[in-house]
Order: sequence, then C-alpha cells, then structure tokens
Amino acid sequence: MRSLKALHTGEETMDVSLRHPETMARNVRRGRQIVRCVGLQLALPAAILAAVFTGIGRADDAGRGSGGNVQAKISYCKDCHGPSAQGYRGFFPIPRLAGQQPEYLENQLRAFIEHRRTNNIMFNVAHALSPAMVTALATNFRDLNPAPIGGAPKQLVVAGKKIFEDGVPDANIAACAACHGPEATGSGQIPRLAGQLYPYVIKELTNWGKERGQNSARPDTSAIMSPVAHSLTRPQIEAVAAFVSYLK
Amino acid sequence: MKRGIQIIKNVPVRIAMLAIVFSAIAVAPGRAESLAVRNCTWCHGASAQGYSPAPRLAGQRYQYIENALSSFHTHKRDNPFSKQYMWGAAANLSGQTVHDLAMYFSTLSPKAADDGDTGRVALGRTIYQEGMPDSNIVACVVCHGPNAEGVGAIPRLGGLESSYLRRRLEQWGEGYHAAAGPPMPGIASKLSADQIEALASYLSFVR
Repeated sequence: MRSLKALHTGEETMDVSLRHPETMARNVRRGRQIVRCVGLQLALPAAILAAVFTGIGRADDAGRGSGGNVQAKISYCKDCHGPSAQGYRGFFPIPRLAGQQPEYLENQLRAFIEHRRTNNIMFNVAHALSPAMVTALATNFRDLNPAPIGGAPKQLVVAGKKIFEDGVPDANIAACAACHGPEATGSGQIPRLAGQLYPYVIKELTNWGKERGQNSARPDTSAIMSPVAHSLTRPQIEAVAAFVSYLK
Repeated sequence: MKRGIQIIKNVPVRIAMLAIVFSAIAVAPGRAESLAVRNCTWCHGASAQGYSPAPRLAGQRYQYIENALSSFHTHKRDNPFSKQYMWGAAANLSGQTVHDLAMYFSTLSPKAADDGDTGRVALGRTIYQEGMPDSNIVACVVCHGPNAEGVGAIPRLGGLESSYLRRRLEQWGEGYHAAAGPPMPGIASKLSADQIEALASYLSFVR
C-alpha cells in the first residue's frame, strides 16, 4: 500500500485540514482550536493523513470501462445499501455509501478481502469482486446525494456538534473535523460521515479495535482512529453519531 | 369443618380474583378485543400458529403486521389469497384495532413449522446466511437477523410454513405487490425456483 510506504517518510505534524483555504476562511477561530487539540497527539496519524491525501483522484480513472456487469453489481450493492445508497436499517445497520470518498470505499473493500476488516457478509461480497470491479464500484457512489435517513435522537445533536468541532480536550480527543473536514465530507481514505446512519456510527466506534486493523501483517489507516474510538465514552459516541447523521 | 369454612370464606375473594383476571384478558393485550382476535384465529389457527394458507401470526413483528393490514386495507397487497380473504377482513378495522391486534399477536410465542424439505436445508442456509455473491444475491441475514427473527417492520421468517414462504417469495417475481417496497421485489425476483424452495425449507426449521 502506497500510503503506508509514505507513512515512514512523512513528517508533517500540522493539522491537514488547514491545507484547505476555505476551512480557514470559514472559521479561523475553530481552526485554531482544532490545531490546539490535534497538535497534542497526532504526529503519526497526521503523517498517515499526509500520505492519504496525496492519493486523491487515483480511483477516478480506473472506474471507466470496467465491463458490462458493473450496473448489475451496483444494483446488488443497492439491494442492501438502499436504492440511493442512503443506507438502511436492517437487523444490522447498513451504512450509507452515497457521497462516500472513492478511496475510502476501495480501501474498505480491499480491507474485507485482506482480512484487515472483519465482517463475514462483506468478506463474501468483496471476495467475489475483481480488482477492476472494486475500483469501479468505489467510484460509483461519490455523486449520489440523497437526504440522510435520520432517526437519531435530536437532543444529542448539540453535544455531538461540540465534540465534532472541538474534540474533548480533557480526554485528549481531537476534533473530528480536523480529519473528516468541517462538513464531515471526508477526503481520500478518510471517510465522509455526513448523513451516515446513527446506529452504524455507534457500532463502528464501539467496535473499532475488534473490527478494523485486524491483519497485523498489513497495518492500515484504521490505526488513526483507534485511540479516538477507545477514548470516547458511550454517551460521547452517541452524541457525535447523532450529529453527523443529520449532516447533508 | 374448619377447613370447609375457610374455603367458603375464600370463595368471594376467588370470584373477585377471577373477575379481575377475565376482565384483564379482555383488555390487557394491547386492548385487542377478544372478538377481533377470534376473527383472526378462525383462519390463522387457534393459537395463531398458522393454518395453511393463513400464515403464523404469533411472534410476528407488530410493525410488520400493522403494515400488512394497512396494505390489505388499501388493496396494495394483491395476491389471490389477500384479495379473497384479507381485503375483506381488513376493510373495517380502525387504526386502533389494527395496532391492538398487531401488538397482541406479536407477544405470542411462535412455534416452528418444521415442514420444509430437509434435503434442501443446507443450500437454504447458505443463501440466507451468506448470499450468493457471484449471482448478486444478497444475504437475507443482514436485514432479517441471524435467527430470522426480524426487527421493526422487517418480518420474522424463522419457522413460518414452507408453503407460505415459497409462495411469498414466488409472488415477488410474479408481479404481485406487498407492503414492503424495495429491496424485496428486486431481490426475490432474482431467485430461481430451486433457491426459493431451499430458502423456504431452511426457514421453516429456524427458531
């Protein structure tokens, strides 16, 4: 994985979200807060991020001309993830794919195949995909923009917004916005969270260390989230999940 | 003699208790009136365990029952037995009665029909638990749950009669409509007759 190679050479410790001029323009004060939080602890993750961000756009070209059955496979994805890929609340929460970062999706599909991320259902699904199909599928959902399906407790949103934007300084938890962006749209291998299903985000954050980064021979970007997921309390997780679930 | 007097003394108390118990039966299960319940169990079986072709209601998710009754009422669910029996049965139910009936039946313990073809169970389990990724058939377990118990408006399938399961799965591909929208019509229409038979057989044994 090219991002991991770059991991060892990257030396940046700056908050990467400051690279986006519009972020600074929108809220300089918030930016300073983010830097304060992030600067405390994120030397290694920031280096990974630096590598991740350079990969943007790579999946873009691979999606074209990948064979006639791409549409059938996309329809298969939507059988579970919803007709507009907005996600679905089945017995298990099925995540929103709409608007998701192609690089994140591609990395996750490969993570299922490589046993970096454990999920029996998605292993079966991903295992049957050719590399070209993985790329084609990953790029497909980027432009979909259905409304979030909602359903999260609205009274948690205010507390979630604060954690998302400011982190939890007392617990050394960085602002989510630092990596996922002020609008939670993600970038590169950092996923979009905006509109993601409330129960799905809760499940991922509470289950992080048991589900992701499971192949010690292939460490991946999921390591960035491990300390954060570990440090968040259940009420904090629910609050952040509620907040992002309503973002458009 | 002493004991006899005790019994006599206790009689009014017991009668009073009985009266309380009986009045509780009439109103307690979500205020479903016993008469309305009897109208259902006439076909669905005295303990609502199903009586072919009427499916088991016991243990079904209440939101699913509500949606089903609503879809009979609006004539959306339009397979032959729905038209023949359920359109009429649901025609004059109030919203409150629909809710009460649904709550009542959802609280009864379901029994498994166990009437599928045992030779097809293995294939059925594979399709249900893992899907058939090469054929773009999703795993049923994701929505219906590890024991086909359902959740919310998604129905419990475990232990339903195999004949009912088979017909419902066939009907999605035959152009009939049901309360549920996507994704079921699309998913079920992809299933072959063999796969449907296997799923129906497997599910009839699940509890």
